[in-house]
Amino acid sequence: MEIKVNGTLHIVDDSRQDDELLNWLREDLNLTGTKNGCHVGICGACVVLIDNKPMRACRRLLKHADGKEVTTIEGLKGQNGALHPLQQAFVDHGSVQCGYCIPGMIMTGHALLLQNHHPSREDIRKAIANNLCRCTGYVQIVDAIEAAGSAYDENA
Amino acid sequence: MAETKTKAWRNDAIAKVTGRAKYADDYKFYGMLHVVPVYTDAVSAEIRAIHTEEAEKMPGIVRIVTAKDVPGNPHYGQIQKDYRILADDRIRMNGDVIALVIGETRAQALEAAKYVRADLSPLPAIFDPEEAAKEGAFLIHPDKGTNIINHHKVRTGDAEEAFKHCDIILDEFFATQHQEHAYIEPESSVADPGDDGVIRIYGSMQHPFVARRFSACVLGEPLSNIDVLTIPVGGGFGGKDDTAAIVAARAALCARLTDRPCKLTYDREWSMKESYKRHPYKIYYKMGLTKDGKIQACHVTVYADGGAYCSVTPWVTFRSTAQCCGPYVVPNVHCDIYGVHTNNVFTGAFRGFGSPQINYVVEQMVEKAAEALGMDEIEFRRLNCVKQGSTTVTLQKLDNHTVSLEQVLSTTIEKIGYYEKRKNNTYGKLNENGEYYGIGLAMSYRGMSLGAEGPDFCAAIINAQFDGSIIIETGIHENGQGSESAMIITAAEYLGVNRDRIRYHRSSTSTIPDSGTTVASRGTIMGTSAVVLAATKLKAQMSQCLAPALECNPEEIVFANDCLTAPNGKSLTWDQAVLKMFFLREHPFAQDTFRVRDGIDCSWDEETGHGKAYFTWVYGCQAAEIAINPKTGKIRLINAAATHDVGKAVNPPFVIGQINGGMAQGFGYGTMEDLGIKDGKIANLNLGKYKIPKANELPDFIVTLVENYDPMSKSGAKGIGEPALELMAPAVANAIAHATGKRYQKLPMIIPPEK
Ligand code: FES
Ligand code: FES
Repeated sequence: MEIKVNGTLHIVDDSRQDDELLNWLREDLNLTGTKNGCHVGICGACVVLIDNKPMRACRRLLKHADGKEVTTIEGLKGQNGALHPLQQAFVDHGSVQCGYCIPGMIMTGHALLLQNHHPSREDIRKAIANNLCRCTGYVQIVDAIEAAGSAYDENA
Repeated sequence: MAETKTKAWRNDAIAKVTGRAKYADDYKFYGMLHVVPVYTDAVSAEIRAIHTEEAEKMPGIVRIVTAKDVPGNPHYGQIQKDYRILADDRIRMNGDVIALVIGETRAQALEAAKYVRADLSPLPAIFDPEEAAKEGAFLIHPDKGTNIINHHKVRTGDAEEAFKHCDIILDEFFATQHQEHAYIEPESSVADPGDDGVIRIYGSMQHPFVARRFSACVLGEPLSNIDVLTIPVGGGFGGKDDTAAIVAARAALCARLTDRPCKLTYDREWSMKESYKRHPYKIYYKMGLTKDGKIQACHVTVYADGGAYCSVTPWVTFRSTAQCCGPYVVPNVHCDIYGVHTNNVFTGAFRGFGSPQINYVVEQMVEKAAEALGMDEIEFRRLNCVKQGSTTVTLQKLDNHTVSLEQVLSTTIEKIGYYEKRKNNTYGKLNENGEYYGIGLAMSYRGMSLGAEGPDFCAAIINAQFDGSIIIETGIHENGQGSESAMIITAAEYLGVNRDRIRYHRSSTSTIPDSGTTVASRGTIMGTSAVVLAATKLKAQMSQCLAPALECNPEEIVFANDCLTAPNGKSLTWDQAVLKMFFLREHPFAQDTFRVRDGIDCSWDEETGHGKAYFTWVYGCQAAEIAINPKTGKIRLINAAATHDVGKAVNPPFVIGQINGGMAQGFGYGTMEDLGIKDGKIANLNLGKYKIPKANELPDFIVTLVENYDPMSKSGAKGIGEPALELMAPAVANAIAHATGKRYQKLPMIIPPEK
């Protein structure tokens, strides 16, 4: 199998087709930014992008990523070493508390903003409905995603 | 009032938005082993034998540990040493662990765990705390001779006599459920046995000092052999006190026995099954009133389900006792609160700590009282609530800080438009949208920090380096609330330097004096107070040393804008000043401790329930607007507002963040969260069935901060973690009553769909 992760190509033996993507990212590639909160596809802490679509890495197998491009939180970068505008918006709006849900939250928000640069607050709440956060009550997370939208206009 | 739209700053935000923040399960060491706990199906049983032979032969299994392998004592606890780090004599709850399987890989350990068997003989079981409190009930811990963990009382005035002179008496029953903390990161600890004989623990926890005590106990080693380091924690909410300490102690035990690094990471089901919850309460509440609208007497009896182990039940129920009448003046009080063992999952610290249950009851009782008297529910509250100089039910005079209850009440009413909106309350008649609509509110006071529960003191260290940079640390632990940032901001303010110079050193239990647990909303008040004291000490030391150079008296030197300035105009930059200290062979280093003085600031008499329960108090009010769809019974939160007096908002965006998160958690507590526990077994073991509020189920919140500088705190700041949670369930309960015309006196409040 050929799986591209954050721009780097990995050749993976076919015998590992049914290995779980989350475990592979964390344990084989040491990309520990992607978190495990429930392991059953509910909490969204493990969301990564596969060909720009948000996917729960705990419910994906390596074969599902074969020939595709996986983006994790570590792959999200701004220009010239800066934070990505969405990451910066999370910092500026006080959206981060314990931070455990944040990588999944940012990846889900990023996937939404790639599709729709100016979602309404309701659209945002719907998009992150399956990303659980126990700390923030979501308000400042919605603020950050809403505020970052214009940065996607410029990059488009 | 604080500006609510400040650009946010916190020291760990960048690490957390880039995925660089390393949580416990993100740590790896060479030669690291993986540990898996083994449970049984039982809820109450005698352990005859544990068979590990078969599992030991499985591939990759290094060792299997049971209670008999423990070099120290497998029994521990913060108050009563009844918790079994590994079950030895009995299974007392379904989440008891009988063995730890240590494997080269997690997959191997998981596989082998299936082959560990326990030879058990069933015992009776008891699940109702009121039944368990009775004489002759089956004993969970026969050595204690009773299932009653503690009995707290308040005896103020003469309640029985007062009821005789009341015009109206209300007598009601309420029940609350277990609540799971549901931090998104399950428990995890990695223990690394060092070549110096010290075991270093990297774990997800909010109380490193208690993790160290649990570990030392199980190993039978001194505290100095264990070093618990601070790493990012994926949420705590009170829940990463005992359970997290137990996980750390088990990892440490395995590390010592194998002499290799060991990781114990919980999956969600183990976490839900084993970790302690919020106490379910059965509450009998009688209130007597006179026609003039005054509360004359309260008679309160509570059975709190402590589950199989004591944990901090006596402390949780202490708060319920001290605050048993909510923020109201009641001259005659007879209160009995029992913490009781059952065979349910054990219960312990959870954000709110004995107040959410009481507030849920009291804030409904006052509305029932107003209704019975034909009074406005807000007027009734104003008439009876504590004011400046009032005396609490435990005979504490509220005169050392600003009593701002009426201020937060008025602000909330105004911000949400309570008076306008309550005209739309439907009281059981569908409105034009085909829904029931209601607005409700609740208010509280809350004693800050531990109060008379126990010794309350906290250390801070400020260590300036010769290049002008500064390292600080405190005995408060970062759980996600932003405590490190609050300490940096406070240090910068009091030293008169830019915060960019300051780095927060993540403490380890070997570097900072034991400052107790980061619970009880005590982080900000205790930590920033300690920082202010240490900063004051450092400035005094620097002034003393540098006064000759500045040609003035030490006390005349002003620290501001990264400079030390004398009245004569002479000045030194911070960098110059610090460097000069080193040339004078003086370390610009200060340690100090903020103490709550026993008997002066806090006091308590167990027999009467009289005393200064807490050294200062905070005040809050929250309101909720809801709509109910009669066909589904679903409660939709349309809008909610909160006003809290925090003394001083050190880092406003995160004070607001605490309130937002607390309101969400309180809404979950009130309307959806339920373990589905039956005969001691939890049905809802993952976040699919155990529902917590989602983004599309919540509105934006209207949050207002009130800042009445508190002289009891060295920084003026108090706390917000718990006050933020304790009001949403009663506010929603009142909104539901105003919408449906019915009172829901059981949590969670589930409204049956109409046919
Ligand atoms: S860990 Fe994948 S959804 Fe929770
Ligand atoms: S910030 Fe803690 S779970 Fe979202």
